Amino acid sequence: MIDPLTPPDTLQTSHADTVAAAVQHGGAARELSGGDFDFNHLLEHLYDSRTLEFPGGHWDIPAFPPVQIGSLTIDLSITKHVFFLLFAAMLLTIAAVAASRKIRKRPVPTGFANVVEVFVVFIRDEIILPTMGPAGLKYTPFILTTFLYILIMNLLGLVPFGASATGNISVTAGLALVAFIMIQVAAIRAQGLTHYLAHFTGGVAWWLWPIMIPIEVLGIFTKAFALCMRLFANMSGGHIVILALLGFIFLAKSIFFAPIPVIFVVAIYLLELLVAFIQAYVFAMLTSLFMGLGIPQGEEQHGH
Amino acid sequence: MFDINPGLSIWTTVVFVLLVLVLGKFAWKPLLKTLQDREQKIRDSLEQAERARAEAAELLKQNERNMAKAEEEYQKIVREARALGDRMKEEIVTKAHQQAQHELQAAKDEIQRDIEAAKQQLRDEVADLAVKAAEKILDETLDPVRHKKIIDKAVDQLKNN
Repeated sequence: MIDPLTPPDTLQTSHADTVAAAVQHGGAARELSGGDFDFNHLLEHLYDSRTLEFPGGHWDIPAFPPVQIGSLTIDLSITKHVFFLLFAAMLLTIAAVAASRKIRKRPVPTGFANVVEVFVVFIRDEIILPTMGPAGLKYTPFILTTFLYILIMNLLGLVPFGASATGNISVTAGLALVAFIMIQVAAIRAQGLTHYLAHFTGGVAWWLWPIMIPIEVLGIFTKAFALCMRLFANMSGGHIVILALLGFIFLAKSIFFAPIPVIFVVAIYLLELLVAFIQAYVFAMLTSLFMGLGIPQGEEQHGH
Repeated sequence: MFDINPGLSIWTTVVFVLLVLVLGKFAWKPLLKTLQDREQKIRDSLEQAERARAEAAELLKQNERNMAKAEEEYQKIVREARALGDRMKEEIVTKAHQQAQHELQAAKDEIQRDIEAAKQQLRDEVADLAVKAAEKILDETLDPVRHKKIIDKAVDQLKNN
């Protein structure tokens, strides 16, 4: 099960448990009759791993040796979440390019192209224009990609054998990093670098600057940090609830008890479907809003 | 669970940035442009339709005005024609009447004149005949003075008859 190239310290601590559960894969652990049930096996779904499951089996993805930079170990191996990152990117690329082609060819949208167009028009008219104004229209492709990419990753977690990469804090950190950069870029492009830097003083007396500047700097990082945590917590939270409910079945050790948690799981599952859309919307909307804060609106020369 | 795997973050960042660039170039920009063009087209079409509608309404109104004017004109022409006809009729009748009167008068006058002339002629003839007859009878017995006296007397008598 464990790839010989995998150094034991490169993955999360929980990986050992995951692997332990995976060793028992398909064995007694999955059956209700098993005496001691390893609950980590349930949580396996949440964690990143080097094993891809698919109907009828699983595949251990070969790993790259990690790169050591100073004290930081970077492991660029393709894990389950990397796989779903790429898979979502591929799905989105195919869907978006196909829809774009179709709409260009036939001006009256039908079927699938129409669905994509609904999202595009919604993002443009309901997110970009209210938060950034007409000046923000050039960022429409970025916000669109953000929304649809996160949405697809969220939804992939609800597909059997799938995993939501957005339930991993490393992934949401990467997304938030790009959002953070775009927020700063939008502000600098709209205000100019000097104005942007002057903004950190908050316009107070110079002797307050030692307080003001750290606060403002902290402020810009907080926004991105909040984006990262919000998406991660929401996406992993729903999965944890589902797994906790399913765990009751193993605690009760009775097949007659099983329908009750299952009903709740189905309800939570439907809620998750909604959350997948809402969180993608919230991430895109807040990114757009934070970008809009840096873009002077109308006659008002300078934001807050 | 809260450990950050930098490799995964790098993967995410790279994939996300690439996705933004690729989709921006190949999907969103053309799509947004098509949408904008279509919206522009719809706006233009609506405006055009509105203009056409206004034009049609204006034309209709103009048409109605023209119709009303034509109707009025027609009424006027008929009225005028009727008036003219009446006047002409009256004129013709009056003229005819006058003509008839005139001709009647002329005929009467002529008849009168003819009668006068006939009377005169008759008188002359009678005088002549009388003179001739008297000449024959009296011939040399009467001098011209007496002669004349007798004739006048006879003529007067004749006239009185």
